[in-house]
Amino acid sequence: MSKRAFFLATAILAAASVPADAQTTLRNVMHSDLKILDPIWTTAYIVRNHGYMVYDTLFAMDEKFAVKPQMVEKYEVSADKLTYTFALRDGLSWHDGKPVTAEDCVASIKRWGAKDSMGQKLLGVTASLDPVDAKTFKLVLKEPYGLVLQSLGKPSSNVPFMMPKRVAETDPNKQIEDNTGSGPFIFKKDEWKPGDKTVYVKFAQYKPRSEPASGLAGGKIAKVDRVEWLAIPDHQTAVNALIAGEIDYMEAPPHDLLPVLKKEKSIALVDWNPLGNQYTFRFNWLHKPFDNPKIRHAVITAFNQEDFLKAVIGDPAYYKVCKALFPCGTPLESTAGMQGLLDSNFAKAKEELKAAGYDGTPVVLMHSTDLVVLANLAPVAADLMRKAGFNVDMQSMDWQTLVARRTKKEPPGQGGWNAFLTSWVAADILNPVMAGFLNSACDKAMFGWPCDEKVERLRDAFAKESDPAKQKALAEQVQARAMEVGTHIHLGQWFQPAAIRKEAVSGLLTSPAPVFWNVAKK
Amino acid sequence: MLAFIARRLLATIPVLAMVAVFVFLMLRLTPGDPAAIIAGDNANAQQVAAIRTGLGLDRPLVEQFAIWIGRMLQGDFGESYFFKRTVASLIAQRLEPTIALAAVTILLSVLVAVPLGVLAAYRHDSWIDRGVMALSVAGFSIPVFVIGYVLIYVFAIQLGWLPVQGYRSIAGGFAGFIERLILPACTLSVIYIALIARITRASMLDVMNEDYIRTARAKGLTEGRILVRHALRTAAVPIVTVIGIGIALLIGGVVVTESVYGIPGLGRLTVDAVLARDYPTIQAVILLFSFVYVLINLAIDLIYVFLDPRIRY
Repeated sequence: MSKRAFFLATAILAAASVPADAQTTLRNVMHSDLKILDPIWTTAYIVRNHGYMVYDTLFAMDEKFAVKPQMVEKYEVSADKLTYTFALRDGLSWHDGKPVTAEDCVASIKRWGAKDSMGQKLLGVTASLDPVDAKTFKLVLKEPYGLVLQSLGKPSSNVPFMMPKRVAETDPNKQIEDNTGSGPFIFKKDEWKPGDKTVYVKFAQYKPRSEPASGLAGGKIAKVDRVEWLAIPDHQTAVNALIAGEIDYMEAPPHDLLPVLKKEKSIALVDWNPLGNQYTFRFNWLHKPFDNPKIRHAVITAFNQEDFLKAVIGDPAYYKVCKALFPCGTPLESTAGMQGLLDSNFAKAKEELKAAGYDGTPVVLMHSTDLVVLANLAPVAADLMRKAGFNVDMQSMDWQTLVARRTKKEPPGQGGWNAFLTSWVAADILNPVMAGFLNSACDKAMFGWPCDEKVERLRDAFAKESDPAKQKALAEQVQARAMEVGTHIHLGQWFQPAAIRKEAVSGLLTSPAPVFWNVAKK
Repeated sequence: MLAFIARRLLATIPVLAMVAVFVFLMLRLTPGDPAAIIAGDNANAQQVAAIRTGLGLDRPLVEQFAIWIGRMLQGDFGESYFFKRTVASLIAQRLEPTIALAAVTILLSVLVAVPLGVLAAYRHDSWIDRGVMALSVAGFSIPVFVIGYVLIYVFAIQLGWLPVQGYRSIAGGFAGFIERLILPACTLSVIYIALIARITRASMLDVMNEDYIRTARAKGLTEGRILVRHALRTAAVPIVTVIGIGIALLIGGVVVTESVYGIPGLGRLTVDAVLARDYPTIQAVILLFSFVYVLINLAIDLIYVFLDPRIRY
C-alpha cells in the first residue's frame, strides 16, 4: 500500500468513526486553560471569561461604556439617592430550571462584595440589602454613593455574577462546588478536562433581552449549540490548528505570529477589545530608594512609552502612546498632570535624582521572562533608568515567582523588591475606584503599598459623586496627584486582536471581555 | 526469583520515602506562592492571605509534611489546589494519552531501529552502515520541537493528511486514536530510533566477531537465521536496557511533544502543576514517576534472565 493510500484509508476510517453531527460547535483556544471555576474566588481573566459564559449580571456595560440593565427589568432611585430598588426581569431561570429570585441576587452581591475592591467599597456604604419580594430587592445606603450601578455593572474581575442563593452562600474564601448559573451557556462539568478542554452548551431556556447585543449588554443570544475551549499551550500549534481548520477562534495569538496569520486568506484578525491593555510600572513605596517621592518622579521623567511599546509589541498598528491613567478612548481620558512627563528627559531626571539625594541604592527590578507580552519590558526600564543615573539590579524570574514575590513587604535584600512591570486590561482601570494601583490606603493598598491621604480623599469624593462632569474633574485631580506622588506609571496602550476563521465565524462583539453569545458559525 | 522480586519491591519503599522528603522540601524552598497565583493578578494581600490559610500553607512546614505523608499512607494523594479535583483522578485522566504515546513511540522505534542496527552491523563499513549512522547522528542532533513543527507543516498543513493537534481516546474509535498519534509518535521516535539503532549496531558488531557465529556459518546456517536466532539474541541485553530506559524516560519526558501536539498527558500535567506551584499534584506525579522508574528497572532485570540464561538472581 502506498503512503498516500494509507493516509487516505486512515482518513476514511476516521470519517466513518465520527457520528453525523448536526450541532454547531465553536472551537476556541483561549489565552489560558481554565483551572478554577469560581469567578469570585479569583481575579484571573480566564475565570472571568468562564463567568460570562455561565452567569448573568444585574447590569452590564455596553460598547459605549454605558451601564445598562441586564437581569434587571427596572430600577428606582429615591430622591435622597439613598435607596435603590431593583426589579428582576420575568422568566429568568437557573440552569436547573428554578426561577432566579431576589434572594439569590442579594446573596450573590454579598459574596462578591466580600471579595472585590469595588464591592467592598459599595458594601461599606450600604446600610441594608434585602429582598422585598421574589423579584425585587432593595439597597439602602448610609450616604449617597455615585458608583452603585457602575459597581453592579463592573465589566472585569471580579464581576458581580449572579448565582443561586445556595451557591452564593459559600464562604467567599472557598471555591464554589456547584456551577449552576443563569447565563446563555451551561457549563458541562462532566466533560471538563483541565488541561484538555472545557465544554459549554446552549441554555435553551435563556431569556435574552430584546435590545440588540452591545458590549456586555443587550440580548445575549447563543447562536451555536456548543462551545469548546481547547487547551493548546503552544502558540505555534494553535496557529497551525486555526489554519488547518481544527479550531475556529484564537483569543490571543502572540504579536510575532500576527504577520503569519495576516497572510492567510482564511483567517481574519478581529480587534474585539479596542480599549486594549495598558503596560504599567509599579513602585514599592516601602523601601529605599522608592520611599522618596522625588526619586519616583525622576523615573517618570526618565521613561517614555514608545521604547517599551516598540520593544514588546513592535508593530505600531497594535499599540498607542497613551499617558493617561484612565484608558485613551474612555470618558475619563485626560492629560492632566502629565506635562513634561514620560518624555525621557534624562538631564532633568538626573537633576531630580541629585536634588532628591539619591545615594546609589540599587533598584531591585523584577523581570518576568516567561510571558512574551511582558518579557521585554524590564530590560527597557532598566536601560532608561540607568541612563538617568539609577543603579539597577534587574533580577530575572518566571511570572509566577514574581507574583509571589511582589506580595512580600520585606526589604529587597531579604526577598522583597523595588519595582516590577505588568499589564492591565483597560476594563480594569476605567475609573479611580476601579484602578487597583491607585488605591493609596497604605497597608490596605495593593502590593507597592502607596500611602497618600489626598489620593484616597479624591477617590472617595469620586465614588460619592454621580455627576459625570464632576466625576471627570475629580478623576483629573486623582491623576495629577498620582503622578505627583508616583503611585505607578503607564507605559502605553496595546491591543490584542483575536484570530478567527473568516468564513466560519461571525458576530464577535466588541467588549472588554471575550464573550460568545451573538457568535454564529457556518 | 520470587525472593529477588520481593526484595526489589521492598527496596522501593526507602527510595520513595527519600523522593517524598526531597520533593516536599524542594517545592517549599522554590520561589513562588500558589495562593498568590490562585488569587489572580488583581487580588490584594488580604485575598492572597485568605487563600493561603484555606490551603493550609500558613501552617508550619513540619505540620504540612505530616499531614501530607499521613494522607499518602492512606492512599490519598490529596486534592489539587487549582482544579478542585483529587490528584488521583487528574493523574488517571492524563495517564492514557501518555501511555498510548509512549507505547506507539517505543513500538515504532523498536520496529525501525533494531532492523536498521542489525543491517548496519551486518554491512559494517558499507554505505548502508554509514547511512544508518548518519541518520542516527541527525536523529540525536535535531531538537524534538523542530521535527514536530516540520512534520506538522508538511503532513497537517500542506498535505492535510493528519490533524495538527489533539488526542482522542481509543474508546472513541481506533482510527481517530491512531490518526492523532502518528505525527507525535514519529516526532518522538526519531531520537529513540537513533539511540536504539546505534546500540543495536554496536552490540551486534561485538557479537558478530564471536567464535560461535563463525561456527554457525561453518555449519551452513542461513545468514538470516544466524543474525536473528544467534547474534541478535546474545546482543539483546544492552538493547533491552536502552529500550527500558527509553520507556521510563518517555513516561515523564514527553513534555515537549505533548505541548507541540496539544496532547493532554502526564508531561503537560507536570509542567502545568510546576508553573502553578500546585504542590499536591507535583508531589504525586514525581512519586509516580519514581515508582515507574523502579518498576521498569526491575522488569528489565527480569527480562535479562530470559535473554541470557547465565544471569541468575
